[in-house]
Amino acid sequence: MTAPRGEMTCQELVELVTEYLEGTLGPSERQRFEGHLRSCDGCTTYLEQMRQVIAALGHLTEASIPEPIKQGLLRGFRDWKSASG
Amino acid sequence: MRLYQTDEELVDALRRGEERAFAALLDRYYGPMLRLAMTQVRDRVQAEDVVQEAWLGVVQGIHRFESRSSLRTWISHILLNIARTRARRERRSVPFSALEGAGDDAPGPSVDPERFFPGDHQRWAHHWAMPPRSWGASPEERFVSNETLAEIERAIATLPDTQRAVITLRDIQGWTSPEAARLLAITEGHLRVLLHRARSKVRRALEHHFGDPRR
Repeated sequence: MTAPRGEMTCQELVELVTEYLEGTLGPSERQRFEGHLRSCDGCTTYLEQMRQVIAALGHLTEASIPEPIKQGLLRGFRDWKSASG
Repeated sequence: MRLYQTDEELVDALRRGEERAFAALLDRYYGPMLRLAMTQVRDRVQAEDVVQEAWLGVVQGIHRFESRSSLRTWISHILLNIARTRARRERRSVPFSALEGAGDDAPGPSVDPERFFPGDHQRWAHHWAMPPRSWGASPEERFVSNETLAEIERAIATLPDTQRAVITLRDIQGWTSPEAARLLAITEGHLRVLLHRARSKVRRALEHHFGDPRR
């Protein structure tokens, strides 16, 4: 991790993708990152894949509430309501 | 159109004791809460139990809710407190060795080092020797296929708990980083480190999945 401050390597770039996407790289790191991307197809593809992964994660569906559980909780709500006046 | 557009409307209706407000809340948050509970308590039945207990906490505490945080954040705090207490109790009753893999894992590289030229390579040190192959410019169809989503779920299930919690909140449920970090009581820097490890592992799993020669 003590690469010279000059050109960024691919191996260095793949560790910085999240910082890059979160916008938390400093200006000079960001410049090195983007400079590397301009001349590297492999890293361009890598970044694209990470973006696709993030988009896909947003497509995961959450379980819907099973009806018996819902009815049970609604009963609890009514009990609470009548107890609290 | 959703019945209750804002948190305020929902909270007001709950305080008035409107049952359909509670039903709307259950429809909206039960699934996300169950997923979050399962980052602390892996057993599904136990996690469902935690969620139900949390709902009681929500109902009983609704008059104490202040709009300083969003309703989702407040509910999630209640849920996580219950889940953590439950998880601690469980841990006391299981042998220590069974807990390995439950917490943070050792830092490892995001990509197998074998895929880069070695550091002593004259021209391409630390550059790709085996670069990733594109999954296509518009892989939408591929990504929303049930098979791919199931693969992603499998990859997430193998993550250490804290990484699972972070990727769940940030990427699956769309929390902002500051919100998620506050809920999990970690720094934003630590959150980014965990998020990066988690995302990198999911990418590797998908690369493996898409690279399957059977395809």
